[in-house]
Amino acid sequence: MSGSSLEIRAISGHAGPAPGAGLKREFEVCKLIDTTTCIGCKACEVACLEWNGYSFSETVFNNSYQTMPETQWNYWNLIKFNEHEREDGSITLLMRKDQCMHCEEPGCLAACPADGAIVQYVNGIVDFQQENCIGCGYCMSGCPFNIPKFSPEARKVFKCTLCVDRVTQGLEPACIKACPTGCLHFGTKPEMTELAEKRATQLRDHSDFPHAGVYDPQGVGGAHVIYVLHDASNPEAYGGLPKDPRIPLTVKLWKHPLKWIGNLALIGGVLGVFFHYLRFGPKIIEGDSQKVTPTPPEPPEQPPHQGAIQ
Amino acid sequence: MTDGYILPKGRVLRYKFHERAIHWMAALSYVYLLLTGLAFWSPWLFWIAIGLGGATVSRELHPWFGIIFVIAVALMFRMWGRQMHETAVDKQWWDAIPHYIKNEDEEVPTAGRFNGGQKLLFWGFFYCGILLLLTGLILWFPQYIPWNLRFLRLAAVIIHPAAALITMGLFIIHVYMGTAMERGAFGSVIRGDVSAAWAKRYHGIWYDQITRDPSARK
Repeated sequence: MSGSSLEIRAISGHAGPAPGAGLKREFEVCKLIDTTTCIGCKACEVACLEWNGYSFSETVFNNSYQTMPETQWNYWNLIKFNEHEREDGSITLLMRKDQCMHCEEPGCLAACPADGAIVQYVNGIVDFQQENCIGCGYCMSGCPFNIPKFSPEARKVFKCTLCVDRVTQGLEPACIKACPTGCLHFGTKPEMTELAEKRATQLRDHSDFPHAGVYDPQGVGGAHVIYVLHDASNPEAYGGLPKDPRIPLTVKLWKHPLKWIGNLALIGGVLGVFFHYLRFGPKIIEGDSQKVTPTPPEPPEQPPHQGAIQ
Repeated sequence: MTDGYILPKGRVLRYKFHERAIHWMAALSYVYLLLTGLAFWSPWLFWIAIGLGGATVSRELHPWFGIIFVIAVALMFRMWGRQMHETAVDKQWWDAIPHYIKNEDEEVPTAGRFNGGQKLLFWGFFYCGILLLLTGLILWFPQYIPWNLRFLRLAAVIIHPAAALITMGLFIIHVYMGTAMERGAFGSVIRGDVSAAWAKRYHGIWYDQITRDPSARK
């Protein structure tokens, strides 16, 4: 995972394939978040701000630990605190570190019309290139996780980079570095999947979590951020973790059938009028002074009313 | 009030100054919307936005030109809306459309001030304009649409280009007919006048009305 991890796999809004894609074998990176050992200390939030150079945002108080409702353009990592009622009526606090999932099939990249504003590296990291971003906000509609956020100052969209700058230098992301309980792990996708499955098995077999499991959404081709959940059958309880996230249907319809139907219709329309002109030509009016083709001179046809107005 | 004037030397005023001005307000803003919209439509056309000053500028200005276009369409609705209702003559005109396409104009019934095709163009742009306005407002400010109203953004993503494609189909035919196919039509929207023979041939009912109307003499 050195500098060569920045080989590009996919580019948003790009005419033609990504240059050099698939030339080399690369590790795919993965962040594992074990929600069962998260204590909600927010050290990952601080580390994220610190590394990426943002200052703290204004917080809100709504009688819970939730200090802001969702991630912001300059606040990419947020613990979601969810009060969850168990079957026996007691309350538990589910805590989930929310950030970009770095989907294998990113909805943001699919929806983006700007050439090179979003790239997917071969190691799986999906990264926004703000110098190419045009601020249209289509990525915000394409994302099933509500992650890309618009900056009113920059008029561009920002999100978690999975610390691509650290990862290319062989370092783990800042949030991983700061986690005091070891609930965050970073490594290759197969390693992290194996570790996550092992932890889920442990929770099912040795703790009282019969539905514990791994959240690695297949609807977006899998992700490069995966969770271990106490109850994998109910990811919605963790505050906005969709059960079966997908690239939205309308984005797919727009990018595939509509695009091709539209292109064919437009080309067909232009060719249609072109060949109409070749076959039938312009409409010419007998006696019209604006005649366009040279014809023998003829007596000017006087409309009957003409005398009356002269 | 008359909607045309008999001019000297066998000419007829078809479009008054304000009609021409509003037409070009719509036309020029539409062309900008079309070019920048096509740039966002396909990566293969993204170079258009670069040619127009960069895609960031295009994304900033596209909605403002959309506002100009919508105002022009609203003004057109005010000045032409009542003349655009379909009549029995328009149905006959549509029945004769194969002859019209083949330039067999003697087989085509003459029309009022606007023929069936022009009315289709008008209502097509009117209704697509409403859709483009509503979805365009959502796409202008996606950051203000809350996550639980996300379906609005997702609907806009597909309805905006679909409605735009319909207008593009109408636009291609309209520009072709107005410039290359119907000789004399382009002049009517530049300086406003057409020949009496042209008016009689294509819009005979309208021409008869203004010939009978003494207030339509200049």
